[in-house]
Amino acid sequence: MHLTVWTYEGPPHVGAMRVATAMTDVHYVLHAPQGDTYADLLFTMIERRGKRPPVTYTTFQARDLGGDTADLFQRAAHDAFERFRPAAMLVGASCTGELIQDDPAGLARALGLPIPVIPLELPSYQRKENWGAAETFYQLVRNLAGPHMPKPGVAKPAREPGKRPSCNILGPTALGFRHRDDVRAVKELLASLGIDVNVTAPWQASAADIARLGQADFNVVLYPEIAGLAAQWLKRSFGQPVVASVPIGVGATRDFITEVARLASVDATAVLADETSRLPWYSRSVDSTYLTGKRVFIFGDATHAIAAARIASEELGFKVVGLGTYSRELARDVREAAARLGLEALITDDYLEVEAACAALQPELVLGTQMERHIAKRLGIPCAVISAPVHVQDFPARYSPQMGFEGANVIFDSWVHPLMMGLEEHLLGMFRDDFEFHDGAGSSHLGHGKPSLRGGVADEATQGDVELDAGLLRSARNDGEVALADRPLVLTWAPDAELELKKIPFFVRGKARRNTETYAGERGISPITVETLYDAKAHFGR
Amino acid sequence: MNAPLLARAVPVQGCDAPPVLRERGQREVFCGLTGIMWLHRKIQDAFFLIVGSRTCAHLMQSAAGVMIFAEPRFATAIIEEKDLAGLADANAELDAVVTRLLERRPDIKLLFLVGSCPSEVIKLDLSRAALRLGQRFAPQVRVLNYSGSGIETTFTQGEDACLTALVPTLPAEPAGSEKSLLVVGVLADAVEDQFRRLFRAMGIERVAFLPARRAGEMPAVGPDTSYLLVQPFLGETARALENRGAMRLAAPFPLGAEGTTGWLRAAANAFGVTDAAFEAAIAAPRERANRALEHSRAALAGRRIFFFPDSQLEIPIARFLHRELGMELVEVGTPYLHKDHLAADLALLPAGVQLSEGQDVDRQLDRCLAAAPDITVCGLGLANPLEDRGLTTKWAIELVFTPIQGFEQAGDLAELFARPLNRRAALEV
Repeated sequence: MHLTVWTYEGPPHVGAMRVATAMTDVHYVLHAPQGDTYADLLFTMIERRGKRPPVTYTTFQARDLGGDTADLFQRAAHDAFERFRPAAMLVGASCTGELIQDDPAGLARALGLPIPVIPLELPSYQRKENWGAAETFYQLVRNLAGPHMPKPGVAKPAREPGKRPSCNILGPTALGFRHRDDVRAVKELLASLGIDVNVTAPWQASAADIARLGQADFNVVLYPEIAGLAAQWLKRSFGQPVVASVPIGVGATRDFITEVARLASVDATAVLADETSRLPWYSRSVDSTYLTGKRVFIFGDATHAIAAARIASEELGFKVVGLGTYSRELARDVREAAARLGLEALITDDYLEVEAACAALQPELVLGTQMERHIAKRLGIPCAVISAPVHVQDFPARYSPQMGFEGANVIFDSWVHPLMMGLEEHLLGMFRDDFEFHDGAGSSHLGHGKPSLRGGVADEATQGDVELDAGLLRSARNDGEVALADRPLVLTWAPDAELELKKIPFFVRGKARRNTETYAGERGISPITVETLYDAKAHFGR
Repeated sequence: MNAPLLARAVPVQGCDAPPVLRERGQREVFCGLTGIMWLHRKIQDAFFLIVGSRTCAHLMQSAAGVMIFAEPRFATAIIEEKDLAGLADANAELDAVVTRLLERRPDIKLLFLVGSCPSEVIKLDLSRAALRLGQRFAPQVRVLNYSGSGIETTFTQGEDACLTALVPTLPAEPAGSEKSLLVVGVLADAVEDQFRRLFRAMGIERVAFLPARRAGEMPAVGPDTSYLLVQPFLGETARALENRGAMRLAAPFPLGAEGTTGWLRAAANAFGVTDAAFEAAIAAPRERANRALEHSRAALAGRRIFFFPDSQLEIPIARFLHRELGMELVEVGTPYLHKDHLAADLALLPAGVQLSEGQDVDRQLDRCLAAAPDITVCGLGLANPLEDRGLTTKWAIELVFTPIQGFEQAGDLAELFARPLNRRAALEV
């Protein structure tokens, strides 16, 4: 048993719903107890969909368990077919449905419906949402495109001369982080290269579209968590190469263009020369100097976390101090990305562990999910959201992709705006004794809700809060794992050193205190004097 | 208008009882776990530990709408594959989870082990676990259990199950005690205080509320206890209280000026409050309530309303909207119709009103779309899809999260329905 309050991923049948809901004519019949219909509101409320997800739940109750739940399932499937007339049907069970072992696959087959019926085996007690989405998409592709597979040993015919190259875009689903806008961004990129999109799936695809996936020359996988499995199968079965680059960030977008151009045998020189992102120039602009070496903590799904680490270190000049993911399926990739930055990746689906890591590292910016947004808020650290799980805020009204050059613009804005502007930082230093810039005034960009002495770092005021609120954090784990609560503070500060420390702008003061204490601790210096403070400053640099 | 679709309406006993359409099909409702959202806010030293699946945890997170990051007093012990392999193992795992939880949360005085669909289906015996753990942690922590599973409870029935579990643990009030009043059902603290003041003004001093705000302050109950339900979904709690000798005071539910008056009147009658004393106590707040309703009357009078089943509050709310604001009732759906407890409210509904119990959501959507009501009360899964079809909706869940009972809240309750209509009228795009 695993104790939790908040989860990064829902159960695997929610992943299946994300695939079904993204499509136009697929219906999902789910053997599930009353109450599991809550999942509808994820789509209608968070994503503001104007249609119910195409899901029929059997909603069995205790009184049905004594009777014939198998019959209930068959009736539900039959009624759903009659009412919605889908082109294909997914059938499966939620966690409780799985326990009553009614065999939805066999029951649905026995109905003899005149459409493809695709059974889903999603082990709820082992797997989670993204795995469920990947498995569902894979089963759909296998079942619907499978019949069009070339015979074994028959090579894929070369593209006819004069015919434009084409690819599929795989992975975008309902309830995905910016999937709607990423699809548009990637389609624009491909169009600029003269490449046609054969099918985008599952986003707004029909069952017939899935059946003709094999007609494309290659596949673009936007979200390996969701479409990696299906793309590998398509590669084996149809000989379609897979584009490995995910175009999040300027560098990755350039890589993507180069890789796609190579697969499509087109010339990308013009597109690369006409790069539209403002990120490289904005990052070189002198105002951005203050971004140098900002300590960043990154956590999200594997795709977005890896991309964020690259952008942070190579395109914005941040220092990545922590990198992690809840996507265990792709943990290896994240570990490799972390190793390249000299870090050990944090692989966990326990947000309390993430909170502890974040608090211990004291970053100056957090790039994470909605969970990390809450963590950062509590620690008083600026934060930008880079990944699912999603929130209603992650479906902005405006076009706001993460991918392509426009995506890089969006990322520059949304990561940099939570930080203090360069000029603002200097002014604060200059006027730190001015009444408007006193410690309690907080900074204009963090909102006006509460005056905050917590400005930048979590050393002083925040520490107490974390401990106070961390009851569950402690209860959820084994003894002695709560690093933040265990740190002894045996060092003392001489009064004049304490006064000197107060002269340091509040948003770097926590860091100065931490560095000084580390320095003093390592050398056994106590009390800490003004001299120690400046010795430490000289030792650590910035 | 929707008559052709009502062929399955069955008349119920009694000539003036309204017809009830009973349906069985897909039910678009929450399970009883959702009640933890308000129960854990109410009992301030109680912790709710769901023994369930990732789905349960995900439901709690989604139903909360936002992740309330202040540390909540609820959590889910997620059953994993290895727990399903053998039950003895699951019990040991549960004990370990609870032990760790309580060691680190010394502020918890009352722990509810809350059963879920998977724990019910694998027959994990939480009552035995509660007994076992209760003995281990007595007297610091009392451990109780109830089921909030969707196979046994619909949404607000989770509160019923929770309070039912509490009733046997209430102190006994010996026979021959001075007569006391017990108000049953979760109320916002502010509303509780209003009622306490009104009862005092009438001269009823021995008043207690179930649940109390703290585990150690739960009220006593005995043969001299009369109880008033504030919620229509407390059927099992009522039964348990009657087993302890308490007697229910029949009343309409305290929604709107009329309902609140009738509800208070039931107590006044039982406690021998004179008409003059009663009037003196309630005249001013009732007048305020009526005045507050005026703000929404123009928006609501004559408008047609359709209720999807959700909280069991539908019937008293429909009574209020019809009688005090002049709304026309198209269909009043409720997940479960407790005829006894709702008798006073049912009697105030207009003749021939269409009631429905249970749900077949697709058929009900057909009826709703055909009837094209001015406003539809429904769950969050249906609201935007109906808005997309041009219907105005009111999220039902707000009716359980917002204080709506009593005189001072009557205007707020009306406003909850007026706002979506006013908003639609205001929007030019």
